[in-house]
Amino acid sequence: MSTNKDYKWVGTSPIRPDGADKVTGKAAFGADKNLPGMLHGKILRSPYGHAKIKSIDTSAAESAPGVLAVMTSKDLPDLASEMGEAGESAVDFRDLSQNILAAGKVLYHGHAVAAVAATSPKLAKQALKLIKVEYEELPVVLEIEDAMADDAPILHENQFTPGGSQDKPSNIAGKMKLPRGDIEKGFAEADVIVEREFTTPTVHQGYIEPHAVTASMSASGHADVWCCTQGAFVVRAMTAKVLNMDVGKVKVTPSEIGGGFGAKTTVYLEPIAVKLSEMSGRPVKMVMDREEVLRATGPTSASVIKIKLGATNDGKLVAAEGTLKYGAGAYKGSPMGPGCMCVFASYEIPNFVVRGFDVVLNKPKVAAYRAPGAPMAAFAMESVMNEMAGKLDLDPIDFRLENAVKEGSVAAYGPKFPAIGFVETLKAAKEHPHYSAPLGKNQGRGVGTGFWFNIGMQSSATLNVNESGSVTLITGSADIGGSRASMALFAAEELGIDYDLITPLVSNTEEAGYCDVTGGSRTTFATGMAVVKASKNLVANMKKRAAKTWGVEVDEVLWQDGQAVPPFSSGKNPMSMAEIAASAAKTGGPLTASASLTAQGAGAGFGVHICDVEVDPETGKTDVIRYTAIQDAGKAIHPAYVEGQYQGGAAQGIGWALNEEYVYNDKGVLQNFGFLDYRMPVANDLPMIDTVIVEVPNPAHPYGVRGVGETPIVPPLAAVAEAVNNAAGVRITDLPISPPRLLAEIDAK
Amino acid sequence: MSKAHVTTTINGDVVEYLCEPDQSMLEVLRDNLELTGTKEGCATGDCGACSVSLDGRLVCSCLVLGVEAEGKQIETIEGIADGSELHPIQQKFLENAALQCGICTPGFIVATKALLAKNPDPTEEEARYFLAGNLCRCTGYDKIIRAVLDAAAEMRGAAS
Ligand code: FES
Ligand code: FES
Repeated sequence: MSTNKDYKWVGTSPIRPDGADKVTGKAAFGADKNLPGMLHGKILRSPYGHAKIKSIDTSAAESAPGVLAVMTSKDLPDLASEMGEAGESAVDFRDLSQNILAAGKVLYHGHAVAAVAATSPKLAKQALKLIKVEYEELPVVLEIEDAMADDAPILHENQFTPGGSQDKPSNIAGKMKLPRGDIEKGFAEADVIVEREFTTPTVHQGYIEPHAVTASMSASGHADVWCCTQGAFVVRAMTAKVLNMDVGKVKVTPSEIGGGFGAKTTVYLEPIAVKLSEMSGRPVKMVMDREEVLRATGPTSASVIKIKLGATNDGKLVAAEGTLKYGAGAYKGSPMGPGCMCVFASYEIPNFVVRGFDVVLNKPKVAAYRAPGAPMAAFAMESVMNEMAGKLDLDPIDFRLENAVKEGSVAAYGPKFPAIGFVETLKAAKEHPHYSAPLGKNQGRGVGTGFWFNIGMQSSATLNVNESGSVTLITGSADIGGSRASMALFAAEELGIDYDLITPLVSNTEEAGYCDVTGGSRTTFATGMAVVKASKNLVANMKKRAAKTWGVEVDEVLWQDGQAVPPFSSGKNPMSMAEIAASAAKTGGPLTASASLTAQGAGAGFGVHICDVEVDPETGKTDVIRYTAIQDAGKAIHPAYVEGQYQGGAAQGIGWALNEEYVYNDKGVLQNFGFLDYRMPVANDLPMIDTVIVEVPNPAHPYGVRGVGETPIVPPLAAVAEAVNNAAGVRITDLPISPPRLLAEIDAK
Repeated sequence: MSKAHVTTTINGDVVEYLCEPDQSMLEVLRDNLELTGTKEGCATGDCGACSVSLDGRLVCSCLVLGVEAEGKQIETIEGIADGSELHPIQQKFLENAALQCGICTPGFIVATKALLAKNPDPTEEEARYFLAGNLCRCTGYDKIIRAVLDAAAEMRGAAS
């Protein structure tokens, strides 16, 4: 469905500019940075799920061989509670600091307590053993409902439920309510009501590259930081805040990044590495191991979500009620907000109420994970939609088409939708041969849909024209899945020159203009907009140069196919970009252009997934045997990487549905802290994942782009669960649909 | 603990190094020899990011000791291309957009080379099972498997 009538470069899938380095091992990722004289930093972590720190004695570690610095939270400034931007979501800087190094209390098993820098990783590890910490163990609370109970162990004595008692501290850190219409009246009009409760476990983003940083503090008080991050400018802001430095004194250079999915939009190691470097006077490198990544970074929220839905016999939704409880981990800030805003966003429902709860638990503080909060909400809502379609004897896609939001619908979270592609995406799914393909024994099919807002935020781009007419394109947006290629395609299209003549770079915080995180599916949309704008500025400048050369008015000059075209009357020949660049010294100096903006109008993304599974009734094992992801991209700039986003999101969602979960013991100790038993999908767990790119242009973007990165993880949970239901005749409402759980349900049938 | 002296061949070069007896081959490659193309995703043998070939056998270098390389032939991602000419597997990974973040890519390419040395004409299922030890979190494997099958076809074509 991807069409390319109007463009030469946009909508093609050339090889990415950074590709050769990535297939030959030359590309430098987070852990690949070394500096002369570098020390190695290691972290001592809490052996308890919840405990008071009574004392820490670091003296033996300080005098251990090879040790040059030891630090605890005492070495970080005491920050007041203050909310700030953290990529897509807000963060309380005091919580951020205390998550980096525990102050007074440890709140989860693996919580960082102290750090050491030594001349080798081995000596640093040995020194950790010499740090004496006296703890007073406290009861842990791991489940959302338990943490909300009146007699629950309290994580934060100074945290009170907003609008609740201000005398008695609570683990409910936040609440929200979104109402519309009159739900009592709405449910009274309903012919059929379905009400169910769903749970999803804590799962990890699962990037293959562990967090890594190398930092060097100069005697002049300037910190140089190299790390793998989705947003160098966010690392800069957070590191400066936690260390009470001016942002101008912190330079962050992003390495290549080995996956993030949202979780590399915060900091864990960076302020520690900078501080250890300051204390020791040497550069410090810190690299997490997999166990640390699983125990103390990410994950995303567990959830308990209840949906009640009412519809009339002719398939019209009339009322809905949702109660969404998200676990935040040790500090407030689960994706309750986006979860509540998107749970009913795909449908026109005249009467609804959504209630949200943000609940702290003795687990790591959650980090963003691809469409934060939405997959859990959609698991619940889409499962109920599927069940309702069954009760009404309607085709599940027809039922959704009957109620789907479209241009002009007022979204459940407030604004009126501009042009959106949900209806088109549903129709494309219905027409896809997969939807009507025959199924065999023990096989079943399910559909699920997904919505995500996508975001705009701030971006900058600079173009420097080389004297040969080739172009260096600089942004500060981390390239996590091929965005350099998209940036170069925009510039090639606008300038009318070959893609190969453009070298797109991801630069550091001192050389690139400000860019917010690569997150919220914003880079191709927003940084792309900045590239388009900078390119237009450059073209305007080059037309001026040509006009000057020819002695004509600038508005008589056209820009076509990478050259300035003079008015016919001038009798001159067109000037190529190379010629304009070569003569730049005489026409006003070097050719550069830049643009910065706060992108408005990120277009909402809608996806529909079709999943076929085969269930082994003897073992309860579910195999995904066919899968199709259909999604509106607005306009696919590099279609192969758009498909890759659809496929990767689907695979993560399938893992979430079938395998992945954090398993804790009753002391709050994570039992599956490696890839062997935190089991993510491997190649032989999955079939080919078919994709359809629907293109309903986003009116707010010059090329019609919508973000595509996050929506694909939203539909799979319900699609897989429904396929299992249709294959095995049991409706699973608690993820994951692991073989023992499914087998127990089948046997109980 | 005194260091061990090891003489081995890496990507065709004779290499000598000193390493701790308990250092993994992965640590030796990355930290002692600065061959950082081989990646660490887990250090427990569960992700395949550290895949190298040891005397023609595909291994997780995080599970091999540096001292075990004595007298052996090691091939890492840095040795796959022929000078500045990409190997067909590398080329096909690029053409098929088989990498997003790229952290798993060195491991997949080394493992794919081992697969195709054993089985020049794998089915999709054979490729999926052989590569099941290599984790990719970004791609859902679709484009990786296509790249592998495409490279196999290309290499068979070149060989015949
Ligand atoms: S690092 Fe060796 S298998 Fe993961
Ligand atoms: S491309 Fe990111 S893990 Fe494979």
